[in-house]
Amino acid sequence: MTPTVSHTCARLSQLASPSDNVVMQTTAVTPDLAAHLLPSPNPVQLLDPTGTEVPQEGTRRPYLMPPPERLREVWRAMVIGRRFDIQATALTKQGRLAVYPSSRGQEACQVGATLSVTGNDWVFPTYRESMALVTRGIDPVEVLSLLRGDQHCGYDPKAHKTAPQCTPLSTQLIHAAGAAYGEKRRGTDNVALAFIGDGATSEGDFHEALNFAAVFEAPAIFFVQNNKYAISVPLSKQTKAPALAYKGIGYGVASEQVDGNDPAAVLAVMDVALEHCRAGHGPFLIEAHTYRLDAHTNADDASRYRSSDEVTAWLERDPIARVETWLKAHGALNDDLVSATHAEAETLASDLRDRMNVDPQADPMSLFDNVFEQRTPQLEDARRMVAAELAADAEMEDQS
Amino acid sequence: MSVTMSKALNQALRDSIRADDDVLVFGEDVGTLGGVFRITDGLTQEFGEQRCFDTPLAEAGIVGFALGMCLTGYKPVVEMQFDAFAYPAFEQITSHVAKMRNRTGGKVNLPMVIRIPYAGGIGGVEHHCDSSEGYYAHTAGLKVVTPSNSADAYSLLREAIADPDPVIFMEPKALYWSKQEVELPCKQEPFGKAAIRRPGKDATLVTYGPSVPTALKAAEAATEEGWDVEVVDLRTISPFDDETVVESVRRTGRCVVVSEAQGFAGVSGEVAARVTERCFHSLSAPVLRVSGLETPYPAPMLERTYLPGVDRILDAIARLQWDDTPDLTFAPSHGGAA
Ligand SMILES: Cc1ncc(C[n+]2csc(CCOP(=O)(O)OP(=O)(O)O)c2C)c(N)n1
Ligand SMILES: [Mg+2]
Repeated sequence: MTPTVSHTCARLSQLASPSDNVVMQTTAVTPDLAAHLLPSPNPVQLLDPTGTEVPQEGTRRPYLMPPPERLREVWRAMVIGRRFDIQATALTKQGRLAVYPSSRGQEACQVGATLSVTGNDWVFPTYRESMALVTRGIDPVEVLSLLRGDQHCGYDPKAHKTAPQCTPLSTQLIHAAGAAYGEKRRGTDNVALAFIGDGATSEGDFHEALNFAAVFEAPAIFFVQNNKYAISVPLSKQTKAPALAYKGIGYGVASEQVDGNDPAAVLAVMDVALEHCRAGHGPFLIEAHTYRLDAHTNADDASRYRSSDEVTAWLERDPIARVETWLKAHGALNDDLVSATHAEAETLASDLRDRMNVDPQADPMSLFDNVFEQRTPQLEDARRMVAAELAADAEMEDQS
Repeated sequence: MSVTMSKALNQALRDSIRADDDVLVFGEDVGTLGGVFRITDGLTQEFGEQRCFDTPLAEAGIVGFALGMCLTGYKPVVEMQFDAFAYPAFEQITSHVAKMRNRTGGKVNLPMVIRIPYAGGIGGVEHHCDSSEGYYAHTAGLKVVTPSNSADAYSLLREAIADPDPVIFMEPKALYWSKQEVELPCKQEPFGKAAIRRPGKDATLVTYGPSVPTALKAAEAATEEGWDVEVVDLRTISPFDDETVVESVRRTGRCVVVSEAQGFAGVSGEVAARVTERCFHSLSAPVLRVSGLETPYPAPMLERTYLPGVDRILDAIARLQWDDTPDLTFAPSHGGAA
C-alpha cells in the first residue's frame, strides 16, 4: 500500500535495464518516479456533507472507512470539543481569558488527528489546538492557562508527550522532526504529530522541518489545517501551489490532502500516514481542507475580510452533523446517547466555567525560578529586590 | 604538552562523546570533513555517523532539530559554521531554546550546546567575523561562554556539554591555533568565574575571548610607562562574575573594558555600567571602553584599524586621569575610546 524507497529503486533499475526502451515504446508512458509522494488530485472524502458514503475513486492510496465504534468515539469527542471551544470563547467575554483562538468548525481535524495517535506519540500543537489538547486528555484548565495568563504552559509537556502550544509560526515543526528522529534512534515506533496552519506553510521553518524530517527519515506527521485564512490573508496570497499538499514532493515527503470536515476521511488518512511512519518510511504531510467558523481570535473582526455567505456555506459542511447522520443511519448512535453526550459536554463546560471563575494566583517570586536550573548571582540580586518590594507592600497593607 | 585551542576543543568533544551515550555532534560539514575549522576532526571516523553527522544546510533546522532531540533525552552539541550564519537560527535560539525551561515551569530543560566560531582577526571576508555575543548575552535563559586559551577551551566545553541548560559556546576563531602548555583532560574554574590573567595594581582591563591576548600585550607594554595593569578574563559572559571584576577594580581604582564587539549597547557597555554601579567610590576615573567601531565589520584590509589594538588600549589607559589635566577628548557615547 505504501510505496517504499525500494519501490523507487526497483523502478530505477528497470529504467536502466536494456528492456527499458521496449517498455517505453509499448506503454508510451514515462514512469513517474515520484508519483508515490503525490497527494490525491482531490481531497480524500469518505463521507459527503449529507453523511452519505462516497465511493473511492482516483485516490493515490486506498482509504478505508473506519469502524462505527471509532467514528462514534470521534463524534463524541467532537461534541465535547465544540462545547469546550464555545465555553472558552465565552470566557474571553467574561474577562477570564486574555484571548482565545477558536477552532470551531475544525473539529474533525482537531479531534480526528489527535485520537489517531497514542499517548506514546508526541504532539506539537499551535495556539489553535486547545480542542486537540482537551481531546488528548489534558485538563482544560491546564490547557487554557497560557491564554488566561497565569503561566506560559499549564501542563507538563513530558508527562503528556505534548509540547507547549507554539505561537512563533512553524517553529515547532522542526522540534517535531527532531523528536521524531530521537524516537527513531531510541528504537521505538512512536511518531510526532505536528499541527500547523495554512499561512504558516510560507514560513521558512516549515520547509526546513520537512527537509530535515525527510533526510533523517524521521517519523513525523505534518498536519496542515488549511482553514483558508492566516488572520485576514487568504491562501491565494500565500502560495501558488495547486494545493499545500503538493509542498511535500519537493522534499521527498509523501503527502495527501483530505476533506478536513470529514472525520472518517481524516481518520483514514491519518491511519495511512501513521502506518507509513511506523513502518520506517519517513515523514508524511497532510493538508486538511477545513474552515474556522469564528474569527481568528475573539479580538479579530472577520467581517473585514470575509462574507457571511461564505461562512454560511461552510456551516453546511459541518463535521459533527455529517458523522452523526451516518452513525444514526447505521444504527450506531441513538437519541439517548446523543443526549447523554450533550449532557456530558454541558458538565465539562460548567465545570470549566466554575474552575476558571477564580482569580488565579501567580507568585511573583516564581519569576526567578526556571530561568536556569540554578539561579545566577544576578537573579539572586533581582529576587532579593522583589522580595523586599513585596515585603514593603505587605507592610503597607497591614498598616492601612 | 603544547596544545592548540582547536585541538583542546576537539578533545573535549571526543571525551564528552565517550563519557555519555546521549551526546551527539551535528551541523554543517562536521562529519567527514571535520568542520571548516576542523574542530570535529576525526569524530565521525572514530565514533561513527551515529554520533557525529552532517545535516542539511539550515541553521534554524539544526537548532530546532536539536531541541526536538533533547525531548527524547539526547544532548546535542551543534555547530554553527560562522557567527553571521547563526542568524537564521536566531528565532529558534531566542524564542525556544532560551525559554523552554522557563515557559514549562522547569518541566523541560534543554541540555544543548550551540558552538559558534566568532569574531575577526583572521582576514575573513564579510559575514565571517561578527562579534555576536551581545545578542545572546542579552537573552535571558542562555549561558554565554567564551574561552581565551586551550585549557579553558577544553574545560569550559566539557562543562557546557554537561550543563543542564543551553549554552552558547563562542569560540574566538583567531585563537583556534593559539597554543598553551596543558595536560588534557584538565578542569579549570567553573562557569561564572572570571580569571585574573595578569595581576596589577594601577588599573584593570576587563576583557574576554579574542581580546584577551591583546589586552595582555597592552598590559605588558604599559609597564614601560610605569603602569602596573591587571587583566581580567571574564570566561563566561553569562553568568557574569561581578565579584572578581568588582574586587579588582576596587583595588586598582581604574578600569578599561576591552571588547572586539562594537561598543554601543553591547557587553562592554554592560560591564562598564556594572563596574560604575558597584565601584563608584573607588574609581579615580570614569570607566572607559575600547571596542570595535560603530561600523559593520570591515573588509579584511581595514581590519587592523577596526580592531581594538594595543595602542588604542594604551591610549585609553593614558586617559584614566592620572593627573588633574581635564580630558577634553572624552566622548562617552561612542564606546570606542580613540
Ligand atoms: C513568526 C510569526 N509571525 C507572525 C505571527 C502572528 N500570527 C499569529 S497567527 C497568524 C496567522 C497564522 O495563520 P495560519 O498559519 O493559517 O493558522 P491559523 O491561525 O489560521 O490556524 C499570524 C500572522 C506569529 N505568531 N509568528
Ligand atoms: Mg489558517
